[in-house]
Amino acid sequence: MANARRDSTAYTIGFAALVCLVCAVPIAAAAVALKPRQELNARIDRLTKVLMVAGLMTADESLSADAVEARFDESVVTRPIDFRTGAPDSSVDVKTYDARRAARDPATSTTAVENAARVIRVPKVGIVYEVVKDGQLRAIILPIQGYGLWSTMYGFLALEGDARTVSGITFYEHGETAGLGGEIENPNWQARWIGRKAVDEAGTVQLEVIKGQAGPPADDPYRVDGLSGATITARGVTSTLEFWLGPNGFGPYLDRVRSSSAQGGTSAR
Amino acid sequence: MLDKQTRSVLLDPLFDENPIGKQVLGICSALAVTTLLKPSLVMCLAVTAVLIASNVSISLIRSYIPSSIRIIVQLTIISSLVIICDQVLKAFAYGVSRQLSVFVGLIITNCILMGRAEAFAMQNGPRASFFDAVGNGVGYSLVLLLVAFFRELFGSGSVFGVAVLPLVRDGGWYVPNGLMVLSPAAFFLIGGLIWALREWKPKQIEIEPVVEIELEHGAPASRHAA
Repeated sequence: MANARRDSTAYTIGFAALVCLVCAVPIAAAAVALKPRQELNARIDRLTKVLMVAGLMTADESLSADAVEARFDESVVTRPIDFRTGAPDSSVDVKTYDARRAARDPATSTTAVENAARVIRVPKVGIVYEVVKDGQLRAIILPIQGYGLWSTMYGFLALEGDARTVSGITFYEHGETAGLGGEIENPNWQARWIGRKAVDEAGTVQLEVIKGQAGPPADDPYRVDGLSGATITARGVTSTLEFWLGPNGFGPYLDRVRSSSAQGGTSAR
Repeated sequence: MLDKQTRSVLLDPLFDENPIGKQVLGICSALAVTTLLKPSLVMCLAVTAVLIASNVSISLIRSYIPSSIRIIVQLTIISSLVIICDQVLKAFAYGVSRQLSVFVGLIITNCILMGRAEAFAMQNGPRASFFDAVGNGVGYSLVLLLVAFFRELFGSGSVFGVAVLPLVRDGGWYVPNGLMVLSPAAFFLIGGLIWALREWKPKQIEIEPVVEIELEHGAPASRHAA
């Protein structure tokens, strides 16, 4: 091996360029070739979470991607709403609209009022999922997000058709400590939410995660068992609900649902 | 089947030259991903696959790499392989890649990869480098899975997600050990493992050289090197 030649500047630069080129090709190929599959995975994951929190799918069920799509299309309506008024907003295409991406763009979002959940920007148009059966609004699924101890926790909260009673909660993305704050993913803890009241008769958010154990939903409707060793994560969950169910989150939309169901209407249109 | 040298290249990293136990490399990921067995297993497979590919490709071009930029060339190759590995996981094992989150990307900084590239692949042929990578990958995996086994068993009462010790919150009797799910538990376990390994193979104990240093007063004193 000609060592002198190998250490010359021209050879070194040429070699570096060649390595970059050779390495870039497979990376680009992998990124492009696998992208549709990755996006499909992310979408199916989100739909699965919505179905589960709505009680339309159980955790032990493993469905193919097509079956998930089919079940979702069959029973869930994706509805874009205007956050300020709570009215349906037809200006966006639900197939392609990404509320998380919209929240990052100043043109499609507004700065949130200061809140304990540390939500910084709120998109102008939000997505809610409605489960309608026999013309009756059975469940509303709201995407929620808020800051726990280390990370922003992303999840879904399901309310019954009365827009008051919790029928499920789930978190699909967070960076909380596994085993402590990470227990927000625990199905047994999530099950304790079912039947509790998120808001009182006046529409004020009341539900909170407490320290220790709460009573059964009928006697203790506004409190949920805490997670031991995860006080700050639990507090984050409480403030997340407070923000998203309140006037700056889905409050106006929920008010509309409640007033229309009080008038005997079937769903908020 | 395999000649003696190949066998030692392949088998030494399991116990005698274990990357975590003896060389104390790759500790970061051993702390981070070992709360549960399943992500640990995927992590082991990913590290082993990247290690094999990087060792072999670096070995193939070892005599063409200019020495002044050899580390950055190794790093470029390793990073590319890790990115591809991450993309493949996201496409075919979405759930697990979610659990591993940033730690797949952090394989790039796993010292085992650079360590083996620099210490072995730069001096040896592709065949020997392949076996060296397999050996080190398996050696790393052994420790990771052992640590993850104890952490999952005592921290979550399960093995590979199957409940073994029924937890109190699920109506059983076992109160999970909260320490086990936190990183310090892995420190204790790995420390214990290294201790056990060195009791079993006393050759691995590093004897600190005793050096004479001159104190300011001029009196010679013997001190252990730090």
